[in-house]
Amino acid sequence: MNEFSYSRATSLRDAVRSQDKSGKAKYLAGGQTLLPSIKQLLDAPERLIDLSGAGLDGIEVGRKTITIGAMTRHADVAASAQVREAIPALADLAGRIGDAQVRNRGTIGGSVANSDPAADYPAALIGLCAIVHTNARKIPAEKFFVGLFQNALKSGELITKVEFEIPTGAAYEKFANPASRYAIVGVFAASFDHVMRIGVTGAAHFAFRWAEAEGHGLGVKDLSNVSLDQSRFNSDLYASATYRAHLVRVLTLRAVSRL
Amino acid sequence: MATEENTGIGASVLRKEDRRFITGVGRYTDDIQVSGQTYAAFARSLWARARIDKLDTGVAAAMPGVIGVLTGAEMAADGLGGLPCGWLVKSKDGSDMQQPEHPPLAHTHLNFVGDAFAIVVADTEEHAQGAARALEQSVEVTELTPVVSLADATQSAPIHEALTSNVCYDWEIGDKAACKAGFAVADRVVEVELSNNRLIPNAMEPRAAIAEYSTGTDELTIHTTSQNPHLVRLILAAFVQLAPEHKLRVIAPDVGGGFGSKIFVYSEEVSVAWAAKKLRRPVRWTATRSESFLTDAHGRDHLTKAKLALSSEGKFLAMQVATKANLGAYLSTFASSVPTYLYGTLMAGQYATPAIHVEVQGTFTNTCPVDAYRGAGRPEATFVVERLVEMAARQLRADPAELRRVNFIKPDQFPYQTPVALVYDTGNYEASLSQALQHADYAGFAARQRAAEGRGKLRGIGLSCYIEACGLAPSQLAMNLGAGVGLWESAEIRVNPTGSVVVFTGSHSHGQGHETTFAQVVSSTLGVPFDQVEVVHGDTGRLDFGLGTYGSRSIAVGGSALIRASEKIIAKGKRIAAHLLQAGIDEIDFQDGVFSVQASNQSVTFAEVAFAAYIPNNVPTDEVEPGLAEKAFYDPENFTYPAGTHICEVEVDPETGKIDIIQFVAVDDFGEVINPMIVEGQVHGGLTQGIGQALFERGIYDDNGQLITGSYMDYCMPRADDLPNYVVDTTVTPCTHNPLGVKGCGEAGAIGAPAAVVNAVTHATGMKDISMPLHPEKVWRALQRKRRAA
Repeated sequence: MNEFSYSRATSLRDAVRSQDKSGKAKYLAGGQTLLPSIKQLLDAPERLIDLSGAGLDGIEVGRKTITIGAMTRHADVAASAQVREAIPALADLAGRIGDAQVRNRGTIGGSVANSDPAADYPAALIGLCAIVHTNARKIPAEKFFVGLFQNALKSGELITKVEFEIPTGAAYEKFANPASRYAIVGVFAASFDHVMRIGVTGAAHFAFRWAEAEGHGLGVKDLSNVSLDQSRFNSDLYASATYRAHLVRVLTLRAVSRL
Repeated sequence: MATEENTGIGASVLRKEDRRFITGVGRYTDDIQVSGQTYAAFARSLWARARIDKLDTGVAAAMPGVIGVLTGAEMAADGLGGLPCGWLVKSKDGSDMQQPEHPPLAHTHLNFVGDAFAIVVADTEEHAQGAARALEQSVEVTELTPVVSLADATQSAPIHEALTSNVCYDWEIGDKAACKAGFAVADRVVEVELSNNRLIPNAMEPRAAIAEYSTGTDELTIHTTSQNPHLVRLILAAFVQLAPEHKLRVIAPDVGGGFGSKIFVYSEEVSVAWAAKKLRRPVRWTATRSESFLTDAHGRDHLTKAKLALSSEGKFLAMQVATKANLGAYLSTFASSVPTYLYGTLMAGQYATPAIHVEVQGTFTNTCPVDAYRGAGRPEATFVVERLVEMAARQLRADPAELRRVNFIKPDQFPYQTPVALVYDTGNYEASLSQALQHADYAGFAARQRAAEGRGKLRGIGLSCYIEACGLAPSQLAMNLGAGVGLWESAEIRVNPTGSVVVFTGSHSHGQGHETTFAQVVSSTLGVPFDQVEVVHGDTGRLDFGLGTYGSRSIAVGGSALIRASEKIIAKGKRIAAHLLQAGIDEIDFQDGVFSVQASNQSVTFAEVAFAAYIPNNVPTDEVEPGLAEKAFYDPENFTYPAGTHICEVEVDPETGKIDIIQFVAVDDFGEVINPMIVEGQVHGGLTQGIGQALFERGIYDDNGQLITGSYMDYCMPRADDLPNYVVDTTVTPCTHNPLGVKGCGEAGAIGAPAAVVNAVTHATGMKDISMPLHPEKVWRALQRKRRAA
């Protein structure tokens, strides 16, 4: 591991001010990807700004939305009575991220900012029409994830919270990689009265909305002929693009059947 | 024999060693801190095959904190020898196997990714690693075309220029003509092509070494993660010639798992010891997990064509097996023996097949060396036999249990000479099969299958009736077959004046619980309280020469040595007691720790005799030497033959190909059992590794010889939530040729489980065959093909 300097931001303002003009310092938001990357010499930031004291954690329930602070840990979302009441599928998803150690350190903001193609949260962000709040603006989830580990954030821009719409029903179906336990495919289905929303993670370079399936409605029993753009699908040791596409269809039906 | 506290033979005594392991105060190699210590890192090949053109150490040597950069060329110039292979296998034509040079640090050619070519010593681990990475980037090489695929290796140009081909040996066992005759009269022939997937050992504790050299005494002390410290010392002295044996001390302290991978002598401990001597500084090294993946000797990796001839009544007539075994880039310490004498000799399984012929080509490739891994040859053999038998049953539409039963060697046929060299001393295969079928509710399977169908799941049940040969081994027999060392075991019992006992064993515990089991044996035999027996192992400075722990040998061979030493202690104790009790030696009985005069109420305790041995007040020392300490070296008469039946029941999700193991039953015959709890734990661990091989694990190299399963993100180890609660039981036919009647239990789970899992999945899905590991996509695709064909 290379040496780096460490500071702990005490507020959002402090965190933003601490960032270099060059944007070279890295924000530490749980560190469940960043720290292993540094240890394996895949990343070598000179400076880390820890956000754990910046007051960015917490869960707020509104009339139509639930808002989760960027530094809220997965374990807290999984255990939150408010989340379990408002969107039980979201608590269920949070409780299935990584392992207990990851859930106790990793945060929603860190996960969303990392934009790992196999992370769980992005499926929920898309399925629940979430808005990503940053220190500068609001970004709809559908426009947030734009490529492999790529998102709409600008250099130095900081996620402050994620705002989810409370659905009528929701379900998350995850087919985990047996080794890493990341999602080979994860499908988050949500219903807003009679309208359905499908967010898919793991399958492609970034999480996406499967709009073609949504139109078939809540009673759908067969998705085998619904078009699914596989041009940017992932393929690895455990799952080819073809298998992933098959899983998207299977898991979507399973998730929808639970709505 | 159990004493009042129930700590004797047969009691499930809690493990003595767990207090320190569970409370985090074990002392592993990496826990040891030495004054003045330095840190080593290895520069390793980034290429599967390359020639070193130029290695300039100047830049690395000038990097911060670097104390020394030592290369393979310097090691060769110092006259150090290569790493030997301890078992000489001969080919069919009588020629010796081909052995490539294996310098501890490569100096002319790099032969697999991870092959070490220099050791960097620095003041911190970071500095050492930094300089090692710099060397890897700066070494000038000519890349050569690697040979990676086992299937193509024998036809490819030799990876070692000094060898004529990539074939190490072309070995056979059994009677080819008799086998051919069996096929000629067969009513039915079942054929299969199988691969046995390459496994990476993944001991919880990575390999590590610390070497200290004393300029004053010229002594070199090495702490290292070894299953067999005497072997390390022997090889360093006699082959590498780093130091004379009497100036070398090798200590294997607490060791966190080995599964075979820590039997072998590797580049790193040799280099660390050499560097310590050369630099006159203590040098330490602990492998990173990435280094473990790249360089711990891998296991298995076979391609096999096999066929079984059957009569119209379903009797096995003959079996023919041809295997290509991947040995990797160099011959690891026991690599040559694993796919030959630990594999071909097991092809009879539990069956009275009259003719068997096995051919094995050991093959070099530009991959990490392959050697013994839990089961070592025997899981591969069981997989061949039990897949063939299962396929035969499906083709004949026979009940797989019944087909096995009719072909079993019957209890009255023992001792049984197999067609592949071994003589089984005892067994009752029908007993373990019947018990396993009961536990598994085999009769109720059809109803469970129908219920699963209702839930959209495919349910299957699979059997595996395995045998293994353990208790390595009668030395003369092993040496006649090419072993370079005898395979006996040593034991010493030192009785202290107060009557407590220290037991020294040449076997080594790295998870097996010997400190408990061996204490139970000695406590029972000598009648000394369990907590007054201390077991010492793993230090060449404290023990007689020993041969370590592998091949489920410790209780059968090391335990027998303990019994022999105990018998000598009792014999001497009787002589002392006779003087103390003023009786004739023939009148003294010994039982439960008390020496007594027959038909009298006169007696002395074991502790009183021990005291008198050292304070010989009433014992004439001209008749009885003072002291009470005895040694024994035990050479087994035969292998031991644990055997049993494993039954796996699975459900397959046809939509995704995902497999759930619903039930796993293991009924094993280990002979007599010293500590049932420890044995059950060993079975659990073995089964988990066997299921891991069947469902999850596979070491994969790409076409360029890069290991693409080099971390836990890609190499899948089984986890608790992947597994059912195991149903484990035993049957007992005592071993006929050792004093405890024991056979050994460490490997059974890993040997039996893979075939049971694959048999269950092929049963559930109706597939003929599917290769391990059974990843969901593979299963799904096979189901798709089957659906299309239907």
